[in-house]
Amino acid sequence: MIGAEWIYWLLGGFFFIVGVQIAFDRVHPRRWTTAAFWCLLGASICAGNLVPSWLLGAVVILTALIAGVGLTGGGTIRTTSNAEREASAARLRNLLFIPALTIPAVTVVVALGGGRLSIGGRALLAPGSQTLVGLGVATIAALVVGWSILRPKNPAVAFSEGRRLLEAIGWAALLPQLLATLGLLFTQAGVGTQVGTIVHHIVPEHSRVLAVLVYALGMAAFTIVMGNAFAAFPIMTAAVGWPILVQQMGANPAPMFAIGMLAGFCGTLCTPMAANFNLVPPALLEMRDRYAQIKTQIPTAILLFAVNVGLMLIVPFR
Amino acid sequence: MIVLLGVALVVAGFALRFNPLLVVMVAGIVSALLGGLSPLHILEAFGSGFAASRSVTLAFLVLPVIGLLERYGLQQRARALVSKAASLTAGRLLVAYLLFRQVTAAFGLTSIGGTPQMVRPLIYPMAEGAVIRTHGAVPEAVTETIKANAAAADTIGVFFGEDCFVAIGSVLLIAAYVNASYHLKLDPLQIAIWAVPTAIAAFLIHGFRLLRLDAKVARMIDDRR
Repeated sequence: MIGAEWIYWLLGGFFFIVGVQIAFDRVHPRRWTTAAFWCLLGASICAGNLVPSWLLGAVVILTALIAGVGLTGGGTIRTTSNAEREASAARLRNLLFIPALTIPAVTVVVALGGGRLSIGGRALLAPGSQTLVGLGVATIAALVVGWSILRPKNPAVAFSEGRRLLEAIGWAALLPQLLATLGLLFTQAGVGTQVGTIVHHIVPEHSRVLAVLVYALGMAAFTIVMGNAFAAFPIMTAAVGWPILVQQMGANPAPMFAIGMLAGFCGTLCTPMAANFNLVPPALLEMRDRYAQIKTQIPTAILLFAVNVGLMLIVPFR
Repeated sequence: MIVLLGVALVVAGFALRFNPLLVVMVAGIVSALLGGLSPLHILEAFGSGFAASRSVTLAFLVLPVIGLLERYGLQQRARALVSKAASLTAGRLLVAYLLFRQVTAAFGLTSIGGTPQMVRPLIYPMAEGAVIRTHGAVPEAVTETIKANAAAADTIGVFFGEDCFVAIGSVLLIAAYVNASYHLKLDPLQIAIWAVPTAIAAFLIHGFRLLRLDAKVARMIDDRR
């Protein structure tokens, strides 16, 4: 059965290659520390489940420290000029789209059809891994298609171009995983239980409007701090959603919990803690203001939050 | 109560604009120590947290092929293609992408879009191409606005589409948590169906704002003249 582990080896291998490239880059402003950052990150992604967690944890902390105290930076990578790109685009025209569109096309095919493949009655792909495997297969397919259409003199140029984009992301590449760890530590340290106790004390017992507001606002606020509505949901539901809204006031649980989660999603749109969605894209797009995307999303988040509160007041109580 | 200090550290750290990696790491370690976790336990949490969340950066795998295509002018071609479509504006293009992202995510196809795969190579250059066609040159401030809006359309689209799909993390989490904790028998489909009204509202609200983007861009360019 094919699982997702080999795709992490590919990803870790790519990060490691970027680190090695930087180590050979004599003009890189922070040559050795930046090389160490990407090599360690790549090795950690590969090692994943192979080494004891405490060892992996120590390496992750070291890697985060190197970047956290500002020892990493971006180098200058030789690429084509704007004029060269215009000329190449005029020559290749829509052929350029074929490798780019190979990625979503193959991802979809594997994600939807991969589950049906079997060899000798056993499923070929491990259950739950179809989408990840799809993305991995699609990337390899797109690279092969790209090489055969573009015919670069040196195929390895793909990795220096990949390095150009990865260095634009920089330390933000590690942030989503550290945030996941923070959520884990908060839970184990009992932060959620504490917040739940406080909320339980302040929530009014007889006002449906106020109880719904506290549930929705708590979901959004806790999501803003944690960067993830998944952490907020059990806490706010145990404090307000279940005991007060469902048990006392008789709300229908399915719509109440579903829309409550979406009220939390409105918080996700407003927070740098949701790094993968709100900080990595501006980094990859090389924007000057790393918070510009969040600023763009806030008005939508506020309006949508109001809609969610409105729905929660009506739908579960019909 | 004292474990809440970690939450305060996160808020203060981001407000004071310290490096987020440091803020998150320090806040996690402080909360864990206050919560009585041993140093070994903390190291293990960093290791297992990292290993379990490796999938969040998996989309970076496409960077070599996207970089290669950029080298040969993919962004330039995407701009040129849009500059021929007379009725396509940046706002309308992004509304179409928002809808595409919501609908595909609603069928569980969340990795079809995203900034590495779609926004940087195709969507942002196309939106900029539409602005170039109408206004000629594009000042840097406008480029920033277009990038922010392209990334926002992607994030909003996936958030408020994926929850309509029964086998997505958040829906399964709701079902697993409430069924285990409160002995309910909620079916994931019952939960996913209630994400549909919010998904429609998200499309209407954000789609409306995107349609106003064209006028905003025109104003920004006029102001500079």
